[in-house]
Amino acid sequence: MNWKFFGVFVVCLGLFPLVWPDPYILSVMGSAGIMIIAAISLNLLLGYTGQLSLGHAAFFGIGAYTSALMSLGFNVDLGFGITVQVDPKPVWAAFATAIVVTAFFGWLVGKLAFKVRGAYFVVITISFAQVMRMISLNWTDLTEGPMGMISIPPLSLWLPGEGVVNLTSKAEIYWLVLAVGVIAYLLVAMLVKSRQGRAMIALRENETLATSVGIPVTYFLALAAVISAAIAGAAGGLYAHTVRIIDPDVFLFIYTVTMVIMVVAGGKGTLGGPVVGGLIFGLMPELLRGVVQPEVQWVIYGITMILILLFLPRGLVPAIYDFIAWVRTPIAIPVRESKRALSAGAKS
Amino acid sequence: MLKLENVTVCYGATEAVKNVSMEVMEGEFVTLIGANGAGKSTTLRAISGLEPVRSGRILFEGDPIQNAAPQDIIRLGIAHCPEGRRVFPQLTVRENLEMGAFRRNDRQTIKADIDRMLGMFPRLAERIRQSAGTLSGGEQQMLAIARSLMSRPRLVMFDEPSLGLAPNFVEQVFKLVSEICEGGTTVLMVEQNAYAALDLCDRSYLLSTGEVMLSGTADEMLNNQDVRRIYLGGDAA
Repeated sequence: MNWKFFGVFVVCLGLFPLVWPDPYILSVMGSAGIMIIAAISLNLLLGYTGQLSLGHAAFFGIGAYTSALMSLGFNVDLGFGITVQVDPKPVWAAFATAIVVTAFFGWLVGKLAFKVRGAYFVVITISFAQVMRMISLNWTDLTEGPMGMISIPPLSLWLPGEGVVNLTSKAEIYWLVLAVGVIAYLLVAMLVKSRQGRAMIALRENETLATSVGIPVTYFLALAAVISAAIAGAAGGLYAHTVRIIDPDVFLFIYTVTMVIMVVAGGKGTLGGPVVGGLIFGLMPELLRGVVQPEVQWVIYGITMILILLFLPRGLVPAIYDFIAWVRTPIAIPVRESKRALSAGAKS
Repeated sequence: MLKLENVTVCYGATEAVKNVSMEVMEGEFVTLIGANGAGKSTTLRAISGLEPVRSGRILFEGDPIQNAAPQDIIRLGIAHCPEGRRVFPQLTVRENLEMGAFRRNDRQTIKADIDRMLGMFPRLAERIRQSAGTLSGGEQQMLAIARSLMSRPRLVMFDEPSLGLAPNFVEQVFKLVSEICEGGTTVLMVEQNAYAALDLCDRSYLLSTGEVMLSGTADEMLNNQDVRRIYLGGDAA
């Protein structure tokens, strides 16, 4: 995506609450935004290194729980007479801790899982998410179990003239999510355009060849997992401090699936893919809510996804690029067309 | 320069390469010939660290390198151009070349080297911004060769560079490999087409079911009764 377009897009999104200050719409946009950040992080693994993580909700959940626990403080007995007591920390410090902790878990899962690639990686990531869910359900001393954690403090910001403001209104949350989203997007954009990113793409394309030119495979896969997990953790932290209630459902498989759908439908391995896919699949359930029955909503959701994958198997963003290229060069015949023309010619 | 001493490589319980000993001298053009499954590619993969060596030693300039990590071996000056899919299809031609220099840090000289490669391969220069997947098979092989030179290797190993190419490209590729060798880079090449290989190289090793059956200079091999009968198609005069 070119930078001018990106700038205009971000400014438009930034002005949106001023133009249309409807709290309901803004809150829908805010939650969609958080899922988009998670999808951006998944895209780094799935789209750029080609590894399917079906436990991405785990990183999201770890981020949410860590940030909540650090900002509320906790006192937990680890057994053997060891107790860990943490006093409530400033919210931004808690948020930062959440990112570091999820990055560590990303490294751990990456190290373990990348020794066994492909299907095994998928299984390990699923199991990891399940284990995290079980811990959050059962370690009630730490996580309150199914009761969830409540009254999580919001993130705050010092504004000139206004002092420290708690970001609690829908518009403030919207801007907060947008800001973190832009940072996540730029981080991934810079990474994949760098030498490191090129190495990740090379790995996805042809692992043997990548190894033979001297790319250390496990290092780059672990690096991708760490950054991806950290961004997912940031999304989780945002969730915790904006919704301000979390329960073990943040680890649900459906969240991972939603992220995968956003990435694949939007176009995996493209920077804009998770954003476009996320806007469509993040907003659609809410937009349909007033129009049709809930059951019908999910049917439409499913059909849309199938149609996209059937007709645009590489996703929406590559299709848009192809379309733009096609419009700009009206004389050149697209490959598929020329093949068809050839076979038609052969038949006649 | 490169010396293999009783190298054995296994895939599970099967020995793909058994007790192979061979040597490549500085500046030489050496080929490995033999039928499918003879262990030629496996030998190259073992040298470049892609396949673990079960027993034996591989020495480069006298230092053992068996079972070292591929990224360390390439830094020593051994480049490997593997068989099969030869390029990164979604990366551009330039990016593919840059990938070849992945273990180098000298940005300026890398740039100069890319320009040098483009001078050598004008067809690649025309397609520098295209993604490599859109090149023809022959062009992809040219790119693969150029990429393997980007690490500034002292020994470059080609695995069946002629496989699947149109005849005129095959000739071009062989000519190029000879030129690379004349330019001072030592070449170790795997080739199924024994006749073509022996026509080009200084010395050759004949592998069969993972073992070295025969070795010698190109002329010795060409005149060997068994080689002629089995690998060069018939006329055992």
